[in-house]
Amino acid sequence: MTFPVQDLLAILPELIVIGTACLILALDPILAASKKDLLAWLTLGALAICLGLTASHMTGRVSAFSDMVVIDSYAAFWKLLLYIVTGLTVLLSLAYLKAERLSIGEYYGFILLSLAGMMVMVSGADLLTIYLGTELMSLSLYVMAGLKRTEAHSLEASAKYFVLGAFSSGVLLYGISLLFGLAGSTRLSVISEAIATQGTDNAILSLALVLLTVGFGFKLAVVPFHMWTPDVYQGAPTSVTAFMAVASKAASFGAFLRVFVEGLGGASADWSVLFTVICLATLALGNLVAIVQTNIKRMLAYSSIAHAGYALIGVVVAGGSGSKGASTGFASVLLYIAIYSFMTLGAFALVGMLRKEGQESDQIEDYAGLAKREPLAAFFMLVFLVSLAGIPPTAGFIGKFYIFMAAVNAGMAWLAVIAVIFAAISAFYYLRVVMVMYMREADGSSASHSRLETSPALSLVLACALAGVVLLGLFPNSLWSLASQAAPFLK
Amino acid sequence: MTSFPWLSLIIFLPLVGAIFCLLVKAESARWLALGITVADFLLSLPLWWLFDPSTADMQFVERASWISSPPVQYSLGLDGISFPLLLLTTFLMPFCVTVSWTAIEKRVQLFMSMLLVMETAMLGVFVALDFVLFYVFWEAMLIPMYLLIGVWGGPNRLYAAIKFFLYTLAGSLLLLVAILALYFHGGQTFDIIALSRGTYSASLQTLLFLAFFAAFAVKVPMFPFHTWLPDAHVEAPTAGSVILASVLLKMGTYGFLRFTLPMLPDATITFTKPMIALSIIAIIYGAYMALAQTDIKKLIAYSSVSHMGFVTLGIFVLNIQGIEGAVMQMVNHGITTGGLFLCVGIIYERTHSREILDNTGLAGPMPRYALFLMIFALSSLGLPGTNSFVGEFLVLAGTFLWSQFATALAALGVILAAAYILWLMQRVVFGTPAPAHRAHLLDLNARETATLIPLIVLVFLLGIFPNPLLSRMHTSVTHLLAGQKAPAVAVDAQRAPREHAIPAATITVATSPSSSKQAGTR
Repeated sequence: MTFPVQDLLAILPELIVIGTACLILALDPILAASKKDLLAWLTLGALAICLGLTASHMTGRVSAFSDMVVIDSYAAFWKLLLYIVTGLTVLLSLAYLKAERLSIGEYYGFILLSLAGMMVMVSGADLLTIYLGTELMSLSLYVMAGLKRTEAHSLEASAKYFVLGAFSSGVLLYGISLLFGLAGSTRLSVISEAIATQGTDNAILSLALVLLTVGFGFKLAVVPFHMWTPDVYQGAPTSVTAFMAVASKAASFGAFLRVFVEGLGGASADWSVLFTVICLATLALGNLVAIVQTNIKRMLAYSSIAHAGYALIGVVVAGGSGSKGASTGFASVLLYIAIYSFMTLGAFALVGMLRKEGQESDQIEDYAGLAKREPLAAFFMLVFLVSLAGIPPTAGFIGKFYIFMAAVNAGMAWLAVIAVIFAAISAFYYLRVVMVMYMREADGSSASHSRLETSPALSLVLACALAGVVLLGLFPNSLWSLASQAAPFLK
Repeated sequence: MTSFPWLSLIIFLPLVGAIFCLLVKAESARWLALGITVADFLLSLPLWWLFDPSTADMQFVERASWISSPPVQYSLGLDGISFPLLLLTTFLMPFCVTVSWTAIEKRVQLFMSMLLVMETAMLGVFVALDFVLFYVFWEAMLIPMYLLIGVWGGPNRLYAAIKFFLYTLAGSLLLLVAILALYFHGGQTFDIIALSRGTYSASLQTLLFLAFFAAFAVKVPMFPFHTWLPDAHVEAPTAGSVILASVLLKMGTYGFLRFTLPMLPDATITFTKPMIALSIIAIIYGAYMALAQTDIKKLIAYSSVSHMGFVTLGIFVLNIQGIEGAVMQMVNHGITTGGLFLCVGIIYERTHSREILDNTGLAGPMPRYALFLMIFALSSLGLPGTNSFVGEFLVLAGTFLWSQFATALAALGVILAAAYILWLMQRVVFGTPAPAHRAHLLDLNARETATLIPLIVLVFLLGIFPNPLLSRMHTSVTHLLAGQKAPAVAVDAQRAPREHAIPAATITVATSPSSSKQAGTR
């Protein structure tokens, strides 16, 4: 077996990420504890190089390793997003791990391994490649979720995530094997041809469709496969939660769209019905259950479930409409996830670093009077929450605008109306946090109040997230053109 | 007519001020906010003379591309309908600052900053010529208003703030879907002027009408969507109440005039009767509820429901007297109710009570205050010679052309207004003084006097010389009605071209100068 040089060059960013991960794992034992920050900077350096590499290859479509991997604008869009959110997560972790007294060098190695998995997922043109990417991402995340070894919550999160994740991987694999039986290959292009010739009226295809939906449903955390999300998001260290909520969701959406459009596009009439049901259930459950949460991490977990529901609207309408509408529908999903990433990451960054007595204050009650104690932190949180609620002029509005636009364009205005009603409901629980921050006084002595533990790294994270939320809200043109360039590569 | 970006400057000057307010000390924030709002008013004042009343076209237009795909434009402009509201907003904002001077003690910087953000958003709503841009401004004011009520409001402020927020948000989100639907049916544009020229199928118009109604009726508020208003008014700080009553409510009626009437003419005709019925219910119900209130602010809040009923009534009788009266009434209600809320705020600062029974007999200790309050109160009940008379008279005249029975019912609202206002005045101004507060009752200081005098001047100015304002809106209203009548007649004449409809429109135009003159000479 030989690896042609041009194939290796095509996946250079992946190689760099994996190489840096190995280097970090090797360096970790020989570095003094005080110098572990070096590993974070090394990670950031690798990400910067990859960012440059990917950004310079934004156009065209290159297949590598006999069509197992494809490098196109679509993959590049997700990769750029993944580099940015991974970079921000690393910066956040720099601050967070110190505050939690977790000086673990492997952490950055795992982040990079996980990132490598995500990159393979969005670039995979073969179900097995995508499966491998999913596993690499998930296995690293299982470890990272249990990073706080002394805390029961963290271990529970890790174990739960692992058991359910492994189960969903099994289901995914089962679906892949059925498709292999149907098409004689796991290549997406071959599967697409097989569906075109054999038609969609096929029990095996339907079963495979359902199994793949279940498998990806777990990764995307959509209802009814969302059960792990609140517990894992709550128990995992917050920097890891942010990474899971943002990067793993983005990569899962990337792979999910690729599989269902490029591979199973012929059966879009079948799966768009399936996703309509899932989408409605996700919107309803995510938004309604978020209302009763008292823990902000759980609230944000349900909010991230709900946001997956909004993004699914784009998938549903793109699957159900013609070719031109499809492309803008998918583009709106890409845009939505990118915008979602910034606001969610910003919110989790604040949640992780608002601390009292050395502990994370993750109860919504802990935010009482925050606007007085930490006006700037409260303002940042306000912007992120307002954006999550989708109120202009923030980016969250732009995301919803394009999604609803795609829905109305596809003649599914009723779906937009339902989504709009849930958006109004969602405003209630986001604003409740605003209310607690701005309109309630903290009780008890000031020593027991949560405060923001600032550091240059955290300031940078917050500034980037805020800039993303505000600038993308005011000037969405460049992101939209990136997304609408990338979307047509799905075919 | 001019390339100078008047409107952009007027809209965004307060936003710049809002940022700086956050960075300075409390005392400087007050002065800064005052300076910015006054400067903004002075900046908008030249428009009064630059405005060309002879054309119905948009003036001071600015256009730039904002979002390239779909084509959303940053486009602004003024016509005779938005113009009075723009001036009203810039005129009132300085008084919102001065009345909060000592009343707001905590987090002054944030308060002033939120006031200024509100001003930007409100002005943006009135001048936006792109539907998405309009929506952005429309929604952008929710958060600052939520904070104004929730942080600086009364004891029950949390409930009032969230109620206000959710009510208005739910209504406006449906508007968003309607905007998108219009985009695809109206030739792939968000341009308000272009969308107004389009014709849409009757079924689509009905759906869009309901979606528009959800957004605008909540904001006005029309019966039965008014329940957020008394809560929000009562709990909001004085400046918040003034903004709510004087400007925010107008955005709903402005929405009807700017979008519903021109874009959905057939549906407007279809829904005329229910809309007029709801307006009359609001007029009578609001007035009736006002009679029963013991809290001054709540009383004025319900009187707002009643007065805004006149505005929607005027809009939906669809003739020139009605609509000119409605726009007039929008301005008048802004001035008069704004003045009443300022007065309540001033007395609340002294007695810390808004109950009528705690604030009786103010004529003795506070003669100047009593005089001003009396003037606003008489204006509120529509005494001839004051501004409200002109608006209410025009609306009733317009209604008379539509139905005499409806006019009789609406006039009942005027009588009830006289009842609740005079009864209020009898107790608050001339009642037996409540002994508990006598010691604190100092008459108006210079700042408070300066806050109220300009409003008083306008009460009489608009009451005696309404024509300068009416003449500025006349062409635009005529144009609005011409577009309104055309499709309706065309439908009757089996889709005849628009030219056939013009005579019908000119008939209504011909009747108008006499009526506005009539009102003016009273």
